[in-house]
Amino acid sequence: MGNVQIRLSMFPINLNQLRFTPNGRAVLTGVDLELGGEGISVILGPNGSGKSVLIRMLAGLEMPDAGSIHWQGSNAPEGQIAIVFQHPMLLRSTVTANVALGLRPLGLSRCETVKRVNEVLGRVGLTHRAKDSARFLSGGERQRLALARAWAVRPRLLLLDEPTAALDPTATEAVEQIVREIRTDGAKIVMSTHNLGQALRISDDIIFIEAGRVREHTPSARFFSRPHSNEARLFMQGELPWRISFGD
Amino acid sequence: MLNTILDAFALLAHLDSGVLAIVLLSLKVSLSAVLLGALLGLPLGAWVAVADFRGKAVFTVLLSGMMGMPTVVLGVIVYLLLSRSGPLGELGLLFTPSAMILAQTLLVAPLIAALTKQVVEDVWRDYATELRAFRYTPWQSMLTLLYDCRYSLIVAVLAGLGRAISEVGAVMIIGGNINGFTRVMSTAIALETAKGDLPLSIALGLVLISMVLGLNALAYGLRQWAMYKFG
Repeated sequence: MGNVQIRLSMFPINLNQLRFTPNGRAVLTGVDLELGGEGISVILGPNGSGKSVLIRMLAGLEMPDAGSIHWQGSNAPEGQIAIVFQHPMLLRSTVTANVALGLRPLGLSRCETVKRVNEVLGRVGLTHRAKDSARFLSGGERQRLALARAWAVRPRLLLLDEPTAALDPTATEAVEQIVREIRTDGAKIVMSTHNLGQALRISDDIIFIEAGRVREHTPSARFFSRPHSNEARLFMQGELPWRISFGD
Repeated sequence: MLNTILDAFALLAHLDSGVLAIVLLSLKVSLSAVLLGALLGLPLGAWVAVADFRGKAVFTVLLSGMMGMPTVVLGVIVYLLLSRSGPLGELGLLFTPSAMILAQTLLVAPLIAALTKQVVEDVWRDYATELRAFRYTPWQSMLTLLYDCRYSLIVAVLAGLGRAISEVGAVMIIGGNINGFTRVMSTAIALETAKGDLPLSIALGLVLISMVLGLNALAYGLRQWAMYKFG
């Protein structure tokens, strides 16, 4: 779908000693990470570990208090970045208008906008709902719309912040299939989740984050067979040392 | 009392030319003012909601304060601006419908802006992150939010129309209540009541109330339709 020459120009992404402490609360405590330009990287970790903040920092929505992000050595990324949240924002308008929303800042011609919108709606299976109000879509359809909106900008990097957390298994499967297609289309995917099954199904590599620090960044197969860190092992076994005690 | 009310209905039933002229001038002045006020107030309110700038809090307080600006005070200010010795005196607008439109525009624009800010700000809280992620400029965000809130903002515009069409102080001072030239419903009601011509006052009052109720019914219907169509 996109121009490959432009779309290869932001990787690797290097995160160096990222710290984020809003109101004195340590959320990221020194994240070091290198992200290549291919595949699906899944950020795993318990609630409050810093997954969403990391995603938002990559999207430029949060600024670190210390540390830096380099995009192929540059301070600013070249190429499109798109993000999809757990609860996507939907205008009081048609599905078509909601997909076109992401394209407005690109200054495309009307013809190109219509072409891209129709193309992505077809690919996420929402063509038949194009003229319907987006607010009447089901949860799964809403998330497919959000993915279509992100896909339409032809992102080189697609960030997904727990996109299936509120979906049933069927809708989750549909979203995962679309995410795989976007990857095949040439986008690097970075997705946060705390769903181990989903991480196993979809990921090429796992970034395990705990207490604001990357504990492990390994290929998916290795992570699920032989996790390197003790925290990851305990997380997968559900024996979390940081879990809430109920006074037992 | 009953006779007075019957006389008022008779005036309306015969479509008295004097009443009609006053009603039409009222509509012309107030609708023009609301149109101009909306053109100023809608983007201004949305901008204040979306943009971060120094003095935003002070500006917001001023804007809200302007909502309650006494119309006679505004009338005096505009009078001073347009009077022969005032800075805009050479335009010769005083005691003309144009001057009344100017005064009412200044009256309704802050009201529409303040209400717009409130509506847009609530939506902005939900939309800000994603619009920023899509690299929307404040201007693009503002236009998107105005579009998204379009049905809610009808209420803001109607509030402006209600304020414009029913105010007496400013148009009395600026227009002079000249019969057949600058006399509008609100000033005519005040004058005719003072003169004791109650049937005309009541007839104009009925027209005024009908218009306000009709517009509100229209707005309500439009919002219900929008809810049904867009959720």
